[in-house]
Amino acid sequence: MNPAVIAHLVLIVAIFFALQISAAVLVYFERKIAARIQQRLGPYRVGPHGVLQPLADIVKLMFKEELRPKAADTWLFYLAPILSATAAFAAFAVVPFGSETTLFGLLDQPIRLQVADVNVALLVVFAITSMGVYGIVLAGWSSNSKYSLLGGLRSAAQMISYELSYALALAAVLVLANSLSLREIVEHQAGHWLGVIPKWYVFLTPVGFIVYMIAGVAETNRAPFDFPEAEQELVAGYHTEYSSMSFALFFLAEYVNMVTVSAVAVSLFLGGWFDPFGLTPEWLGWVWFLVKVSALLFFYIWMRWTLPRYRYDQLMAFGWKVLLPVATVNLLAVAGLVVWWG
Amino acid sequence: MDGWLPIVILLGLGLAFAAGNVLLSQFVGPRSPSPEKAAPYECGMPAVGDARERQSVRFYLVAMIFLLFDIEVAFLYPWAMALRDLRWAGYVQVLVFVLVLFTGYVYIWRKGALDWSSREE
Repeated sequence: MNPAVIAHLVLIVAIFFALQISAAVLVYFERKIAARIQQRLGPYRVGPHGVLQPLADIVKLMFKEELRPKAADTWLFYLAPILSATAAFAAFAVVPFGSETTLFGLLDQPIRLQVADVNVALLVVFAITSMGVYGIVLAGWSSNSKYSLLGGLRSAAQMISYELSYALALAAVLVLANSLSLREIVEHQAGHWLGVIPKWYVFLTPVGFIVYMIAGVAETNRAPFDFPEAEQELVAGYHTEYSSMSFALFFLAEYVNMVTVSAVAVSLFLGGWFDPFGLTPEWLGWVWFLVKVSALLFFYIWMRWTLPRYRYDQLMAFGWKVLLPVATVNLLAVAGLVVWWG
Repeated sequence: MDGWLPIVILLGLGLAFAAGNVLLSQFVGPRSPSPEKAAPYECGMPAVGDARERQSVRFYLVAMIFLLFDIEVAFLYPWAMALRDLRWAGYVQVLVFVLVLFTGYVYIWRKGALDWSSREE
């Protein structure tokens, strides 16, 4: 096999494990940050400062009894978490996290730091993240439990409602970049205006960025929009009946989805791997990518532990009556400006 | 290695990992079944009736409105890609299209299809 293919395969496997590790790290930081916000210490027993806590949790979950309600639909019941986790992993495939590298001259031709550079990347992201809703609805339906079913239905209604604004916010970037490839979109954001302001799309369509972030929170079912698992009303929503590793897969999927939504936001609006000052060499781009994604993830966690949950009717009203018109007007305004300036 | 193959590989890895874990936990976890554990969870009360009862019609309504608007979005994507060639002619046409859609939007808003909790109830 030629070395470029081997390097690419290694890269794919590395990204796969990086996604898993990122979920574990994210869980740790979420608990630590939550603890700090509530003036607690958080996990502290397992390893120095509790850093091994996620690992301990996974091992514990693995050795728990796998419960399945008698009335549940066996195949769909086990298919649901598998579907959720698979969709979560696959969505990251088209996100570029750095420019090209030859691994310090190890390879003849450079490889791109990305699983696949397809020319319809945005549509792929859109398609695969929408698949996530199937896992949740199937989980809710197959469990044959009232809380699960209601959680699944709510989640489906919520996700499809916010998907419209999500798609319209993406379309605004599409108009600006005139490309569906995430790599090309990032490359369009290179350089600076007046030598100081980076040419990021967040400055061209700030409204689009805000709409995207709000819709992204709703799409990943995170607080303040975490209705599918609103504890006070629905116990644990769609995964009430799940235990052991199938529960862990839903958990994993949620965190991997957060990473993907943030990574796509960084690529679309925050200049991907380009650094804001233009000082660091290009091969260190992935560090900037990590920094930006971490910042967005911190924002996610911060929001969860700061804002109370909305009411369900407020959520639907906000999605349909505020976010959708705003996203549409934003798209038309951006398109108008693009035609105006040529 | 170009095109879609890498995505399929990543998809396969994810699938194998997820399915493997579900399978694994069937073997390593303890087993002590009891009728209470096999019943659906209802906060400790004995389960009443079936979960698959009639649900609010609003879920259905949201799904239907979503379909209509999603087609609009699907229509806007190719337009967004071709905007630089279509210029003002294409822009005005889409403006008319959105305006037509807007009348429908106002109609469902006034009809109360977007309100989750109606005050009459």
